[in-house]
Amino acid sequence: MKEIERFHQAATQLADTADRIRQTGRKIIGYPCSYAPEELIHAAGGHPMRLFSSGHSIILGESHLQSYCCSVVRGILEDSLAGRLDFLDGTVFPHTCDSMQRLSDIWRMNGRYKFFADLALPAKLNTSSSAAYLESVLARFKADLEAALGTSITDADLASSIALFNRIRTHLSFIHDFYSRHPGQIRGSDMNALVKGAMIMDRDEADTLLADVAASLRHLPVQDTPVKRVVLAGSVCDTPDLSDAVEAAGGAVVGDDLCTGQRWFDRLVPEDQPPLTALADRYRERVICPAKHAGLTTRADHLISLVNNSRAHGVLFVMLKFCDPHAFDYPYLKECLDAKGIKSMALEIDDGRQNQGRFSTRIETFIHML
Amino acid sequence: MSDTPSPPPKIKAARKMRDLMTTYYLEALSAAQNNRQVAWITSGGPVEPLVAMDIIPVYPENHGAMIGSAKMGEDLCAKAEDMGYSVDLCAYARSDIACAVVKGGPIGGLPKPDMLICCNNICGTVLKWYEIQARFFQVPLFILDTPVCHTGYTPEIAAYVKAQVNEYIAFLEQVTGKKMDLDKMNAVGKRSYEGQRLWQQVLNTTAHKPSPMSAFDAFFFLALIVTLRGTQIAVDFYKELIDELEQRIKEGIGVVPDETYRLLWDNLPVWHRLKWLSDRFSAHQACLVADTYTSAWCGALKYIDENNFLDSIAEAYTRIYLNIGVDQMAQEVLKMIRFYDVNGLVMHSNRSCKPYSFGQMDIMQIAREQAGIPVLMIEADMVDPRSFSQSQVETRIDAFMEIVKHKAGLK
Ligand code: SF4
Ligand code: SF4
Repeated sequence: MKEIERFHQAATQLADTADRIRQTGRKIIGYPCSYAPEELIHAAGGHPMRLFSSGHSIILGESHLQSYCCSVVRGILEDSLAGRLDFLDGTVFPHTCDSMQRLSDIWRMNGRYKFFADLALPAKLNTSSSAAYLESVLARFKADLEAALGTSITDADLASSIALFNRIRTHLSFIHDFYSRHPGQIRGSDMNALVKGAMIMDRDEADTLLADVAASLRHLPVQDTPVKRVVLAGSVCDTPDLSDAVEAAGGAVVGDDLCTGQRWFDRLVPEDQPPLTALADRYRERVICPAKHAGLTTRADHLISLVNNSRAHGVLFVMLKFCDPHAFDYPYLKECLDAKGIKSMALEIDDGRQNQGRFSTRIETFIHML
Repeated sequence: MSDTPSPPPKIKAARKMRDLMTTYYLEALSAAQNNRQVAWITSGGPVEPLVAMDIIPVYPENHGAMIGSAKMGEDLCAKAEDMGYSVDLCAYARSDIACAVVKGGPIGGLPKPDMLICCNNICGTVLKWYEIQARFFQVPLFILDTPVCHTGYTPEIAAYVKAQVNEYIAFLEQVTGKKMDLDKMNAVGKRSYEGQRLWQQVLNTTAHKPSPMSAFDAFFFLALIVTLRGTQIAVDFYKELIDELEQRIKEGIGVVPDETYRLLWDNLPVWHRLKWLSDRFSAHQACLVADTYTSAWCGALKYIDENNFLDSIAEAYTRIYLNIGVDQMAQEVLKMIRFYDVNGLVMHSNRSCKPYSFGQMDIMQIAREQAGIPVLMIEADMVDPRSFSQSQVETRIDAFMEIVKHKAGLK
């Protein structure tokens, strides 16, 4: 499908993508985490762009971050210091983990871009005081954006951005659902590219292209290929060859609990509420990140229902080295899966971008076990 | 300055301190027999309401430090790894999680908690760690969520944390089935304030040359302000300690014989190498006079209103050293460099503690540029000895001290 190619290119030819976006007059605001309120950035006339590490070796970053920091944080900093992100007009750092928290400070202190904001999100998402606080943080961010970009965001602007992002989520959910029900019709690496590309490219373009992809799927002959169905869980996963390896072994990734995957397009922002309340609501309701708290069993409950709903045979954990929030949850999640008789395997990955082939044998063994 | 080669007399209060800590742990361990409730609380958490409600606070982090000092960290950390926890996680958390299961460590494990109080002003690790313990012990968990003040304490943060202080009291009332006695709370608040003020005074004594105690002593004497903050015991003890330290100053007793170089320490102690490190630096006539770690238990004094304690703790507990931006941390470091008049900065790059260690390299650069002092960074882990290379650290300390000496000679 030629549309999918555009999504691959959006990420691989990042500078060109950025160029084209700037030509539309939008200021590019980078963000490292799925809790960034993209709708607000978009409504302010900005373009929200998720930052991924390009996987270059760490050279300049060595004088800012020790080697025991995760490759996502080190990689993004390296890209910035090396000038690979010079197209950015600014960045926003939502609060999640300790490493990201410090990256935000280091980033601000070495300030390379005009606009900078921290989003001091609550860590707790299940109380009424945290709900009120979350909304007030979004209100402050809105004011910061307005001041920096010299605009004012009306409720109508915000409503139309919310509608746009909801459309993108709806398309992606539809495509993903199709992909999950009929593995083999879309390759896992293509599914990855669709999600990743949609976090990077112009959102009107993403909306149109995704609508086309979704429409073309409606006409595809629907055949079910029997495969070993796998759910991916764990840290930020930007390793497209993982799903290739799963497919090569006769399996398919049919669902994921990743912030670079389903978590990003899970849940729509309610369109019948005051916009900031609605945005805050979505963050409280969507699938949770391990750096946030909404209860003691929330993540295990979600993972098990994800496995059940996607009729998966097993779970593949991708554990990025030095990623604390995920490493803390892993033993418990594994125990819960074991208790339900769901097989799982964990892969520890040093650098999300550099694992070509390293895991194929283990993945193969795992798939055959299912 | 003294020209006698004999080592300076030990600080006498140390013995009393040991007794107090033993009593405290015995009381905590026998809580159940005495019908007292136990709360596990993070080291940066507001303990005062617990004290006011007669709940015994227990600190897994202090326990972690004991495990580290007793050199029992390696076994417990390895046990946690067997349980599936990554070797890269905070060693306090790893050893505590393992200890809860195997009841190991120097005191055979901590008393079982009736509740858990987690304040995330120090890190996100404690959130995950306390979730694990809440599932393990099946007890209620209260999370005091203190958003990071990267560039300041916003009115939104203030409103949120204040609301949670009320939720905290309500939580305690529910778990204990008792009402909070506000008079008692105020009295505890006053004693907490007084204890912190005295602790600051203890730390200030080391501005004197020669320094009557070192950061290694501070690491030891810290335990009381952490565990018994808000009690009269801590207040009385620190008064005594100050008297003794002032007496040492009067008599010109320094803790390092012929103190010639003064250094500042950053990050948690390397608990399993305290003596070795202290000896290493003393051999160069260098005294680690102060550190950024122990001062965290009095650094927020300026935000506390002793007459309106509960109202002021939201700010005091949110704006602590680790919960601010790295640039502000650097300013604190510069202040300490000036106040203690040090010749160099030693940074412990602590694999266990990411929020303390990431940002250190930028602080290092700032200290070099703005204070013009040499900086040494050593890689270690506060509890787990497996990532420590003694010979390498030794060589680096020796080389660093040559630079310090050289620079001091040029002054
Ligand atoms: S959550 Fe994990 S992978 Fe993501 S930035 Fe934090 S430590 Fe890195
Ligand atoms: S050592 Fe660091 S990571 Fe561990 S509990 Fe303390 S502040 Fe948190």
